[in-house]
Amino acid sequence: MLRFLLLFSRQGKLRLQKWFTPVTEREKKKVIREMTLMVLARPPRSCNFLHWRDLKIVYKRYASLYFCCGLEDQDNELLTLEVLHRYVELLDKYFGNVCELDIIFNFEKAYFILDEFLMGGEILETSKTAVGIAMEEAETLQEVTPPPPPPPLTHTHGHLSLTHLPKYVNMFSVLFTDNGGVYE
Amino acid sequence: MPAPIRLRELIRTIRTARTQAEEREMIQKECAAIRSSFREEDNTYRCRNVAKLLYMHMLGYPAHFGQLECLKLIASQKFTDKRIGYLGAMLLLDERQDVHLLMTNCIKNDLNHSTQYVQGLALCTLGCMGSSEMCRDLAGEVEKLLKTSNSYLRKKAALCAVHVIRKVPELMEMFLPATKNLLSEKNHGVLHTSVVLLTEMCERSPDMLLHFRKLVPQLVRILKNLIMSGYSPEHDVSGISDPFLQVRILRLLRILGRSDDDSSEAMNDILAQVATNTETSKNVGNAILYETVLTIMDIKSESGLRVLAINILGRFLLNNDKNIRYVALTSLLKTVQTDHNAVQRHRSTIVDCLKDLDVSIKRRAMELSFALVNGNNIRGMMKELLYFLDSCDPEFKADCASGVFLAAEKYAPSKRWHIDTIMRVLTTAGSYVRDDSVPNLIQLITNSVEMHAYTVQRLYKALLDDISQQPLVQVSSWCIGEYGDLLVSGQCEEEEPIQVTEDEVLDVLEGLLVSNLSTPVTRGYSLTAIMKLSTRFSSVNRIKKVVSIYGSSIDVELQQRAVEYNALFKKYDHMRPALLERMPIMEKTASNGPTEIMQTNGETEPSVPDTKHLPLVTQPANQANDLLDLLGGNDVMPVIQTTLPTKPASAGGELLDLLGDLSLTGGPTVVPAPAPSVPVSQPPFLLDGLSSQPLFNDTSAAIPPMTAYSKNGLKIEFTFERANPNPNIAVITIHATNTTEADMTEFVFQAAVPKTFQLQLLSPSSNIVPALNQGSVTQVIRVLNPQKQQLRMRVKLTYTHKGSPVQDLAEVNNFPPQSWQ
Repeated sequence: MLRFLLLFSRQGKLRLQKWFTPVTEREKKKVIREMTLMVLARPPRSCNFLHWRDLKIVYKRYASLYFCCGLEDQDNELLTLEVLHRYVELLDKYFGNVCELDIIFNFEKAYFILDEFLMGGEILETSKTAVGIAMEEAETLQEVTPPPPPPPLTHTHGHLSLTHLPKYVNMFSVLFTDNGGVYE
Repeated sequence: MPAPIRLRELIRTIRTARTQAEEREMIQKECAAIRSSFREEDNTYRCRNVAKLLYMHMLGYPAHFGQLECLKLIASQKFTDKRIGYLGAMLLLDERQDVHLLMTNCIKNDLNHSTQYVQGLALCTLGCMGSSEMCRDLAGEVEKLLKTSNSYLRKKAALCAVHVIRKVPELMEMFLPATKNLLSEKNHGVLHTSVVLLTEMCERSPDMLLHFRKLVPQLVRILKNLIMSGYSPEHDVSGISDPFLQVRILRLLRILGRSDDDSSEAMNDILAQVATNTETSKNVGNAILYETVLTIMDIKSESGLRVLAINILGRFLLNNDKNIRYVALTSLLKTVQTDHNAVQRHRSTIVDCLKDLDVSIKRRAMELSFALVNGNNIRGMMKELLYFLDSCDPEFKADCASGVFLAAEKYAPSKRWHIDTIMRVLTTAGSYVRDDSVPNLIQLITNSVEMHAYTVQRLYKALLDDISQQPLVQVSSWCIGEYGDLLVSGQCEEEEPIQVTEDEVLDVLEGLLVSNLSTPVTRGYSLTAIMKLSTRFSSVNRIKKVVSIYGSSIDVELQQRAVEYNALFKKYDHMRPALLERMPIMEKTASNGPTEIMQTNGETEPSVPDTKHLPLVTQPANQANDLLDLLGGNDVMPVIQTTLPTKPASAGGELLDLLGDLSLTGGPTVVPAPAPSVPVSQPPFLLDGLSSQPLFNDTSAAIPPMTAYSKNGLKIEFTFERANPNPNIAVITIHATNTTEADMTEFVFQAAVPKTFQLQLLSPSSNIVPALNQGSVTQVIRVLNPQKQQLRMRVKLTYTHKGSPVQDLAEVNNFPPQSWQ
């Protein structure tokens, strides 16, 4: 079984952590620190496998994110590379051309997808489409909160002034998904 | 109060922070807002707040005040709330907090919810972080869901059951009926999780294993269908249909076929088919092949299949992909014990991997190379390994050096080769060798009598080149001290003899004394060597001068030596030649001695451990703990008993043995005693007793024996000796005799002493005290008493007498004063 799955950026910032065994907060921090140090120190074209304590560590880099997991002795490392790849594919299907920012801003969705794919350190579902279907159906169950009331418009010379409409001029606008923004 | 800000907005805001301090400020502000919102019991925005809290938790900030809120969310009726609540529970809670038990009821209700996604959430949470209590309470619900026809729930229930079994193995039986028709499912998710469940059950219980063996034909059929079936878009990975399921089935087959001929035979065909037909151009195919190879090697497969498997590994070794090479080396390492000859065929490829650029691969290749060394290939392999030692990274040097030493010790074709090899290691990786390599080498040199001249000559030349590698310098100075006469006389059969004068030799040794590169230990060695030469060389005056100079050295160790040597010159000159005589051949008690299997106190020979790392003090730990429990002593030090690691008897290099030795701190060593009357810088005293040096009896002050215990026919007498060279050690020999008419069997003697003492129990002569005083059991105890306090001891005796076990505790206080003063 997998013991843990971590996602972190090139700068070592954690983006997702899933632990499949009970671990204290202190120990978690220690493991995260050691994983980031070990993996980020690896030269670019090295082997994707490491040995650490009594675990095998498998890691793979996708764009700016490192996916790193700890395996037990019996587990198949080559297959775990496929597992990581499958997870990325699922994220990609769901978000459409997933990038790190998607995972930052929608981390809870990344967790939900992970929970439909793995459970207790083992693979739950091997079908590519089943996970996506489950996510879609679950979303329909989500209760939508009422959208925020629009800010009041000031009237100048009887015309509608558009100057006070909220302008989302930041570069993240393109990433907001349009599903009613339940948690926003 | 305005609505709390949205999650995405918070994320965006926090990301604009330019410094850590700014971020912390924002987070603190938001945490305060969230806290007051929680206090107000705001139902509408609880979900949003907890989500924000989870984000901040991921950044590394404390979020424990949200734990109860997660529980409230779980209890809510809204799906959105539940989703975040369960996620929060999985991230913030675990079985360590008592709070988590409050979830049990909610999960129970949700397991019976009408919506399958809610049931799924509950199963997922239980399956990820359920504690043993929760699992016990909810196992019934999980079992029910395992029998449902809804495949979405069934697969989740299966993995949840796996978790329950891991936490509470006794509940395994409960899930047995539900497994009956798990494998007849068509849904791959259910199939996969079922195989995982079956694997878990078989691994944990031999009965289950027997029970499920009958599934082998069915598994073989499923696997066959997967391979032969056409393209299935939802399960396809690079042309292979559902590799995850294939690998999992192969793994279950491995467990079922292990040590069972019939099952193994039933799977032979399918394994051969997978091994030959799998596409190897992509990682996926290789993953399946890898699992297949592991399975073939583990079950009782026919030899043709095994050869096929090893050849696949051989092909892996030549693959361009580093991962595959790494995996091949790892698997070969696992199989090298059982299929040694087959792996030998790939030796050259493995040795080539030593030159690989990748660190992980190099390490594996090194380990495997050591495992492959045998009497036939030792010369060639050693050449490669020494070359590797020269050029490898420092992180490898220590392990490699140890490995070389061990291999050389086992398979050296000649003494000269052995000495040359060790010298090569010392010159190239001298600073990385283990501490006991110096005494080992010295012992080796002493024992190869015919090589003395050759050795001392080579070592002398090495010293002239380089005095920075301490182990080499130490060995060299020792040898020059011992065999300096051979060096100066210029006799050497093996090599061109060199012309060296006594003065030149003394120059070199004195150079070591003053050099900044020499450690204190090295200085000690060279001073002693100079002293020894006083009986072998003629320039005694020079030596006397050197020795007297160091009589006022700042280094206490050197000073003591010099002063004592001075005394030798002055008052005890008549004893000097005898004391500084050539060392006799030492008996070998090295840690890899094949015959020394010493019995621990009362235990029969420990079975060959599967964990080959045998730390020195693990076995008696439970005995010592029992003793401590009984005595309730916080002022009592546990007995430290010594065991020699048994050598697992297998051919072809115990690789893990090699690495296991690395973790032994201060394994049994032979302490070289350059001059018996001079205290040498000692390895921990506790290990002195393992060498077979005789203990000097201090006959001038005999200590009277005493009766320590006498009850129920068992009498234990203590006799005393003082151990040299350390006068703080009292050596007590116990003699146990039995006056009753029945033997006392399984006799175990244990002792504990107050904290200021240290105790060492050696092995007893036997564990049967014969009846009617027909014989006795003797055992040696060594007590270190540096503070010269009054010796007290508590003893615990266990034995079987006339069929019933007897246990007794006693205090021994009547030690004669001479034993501890």
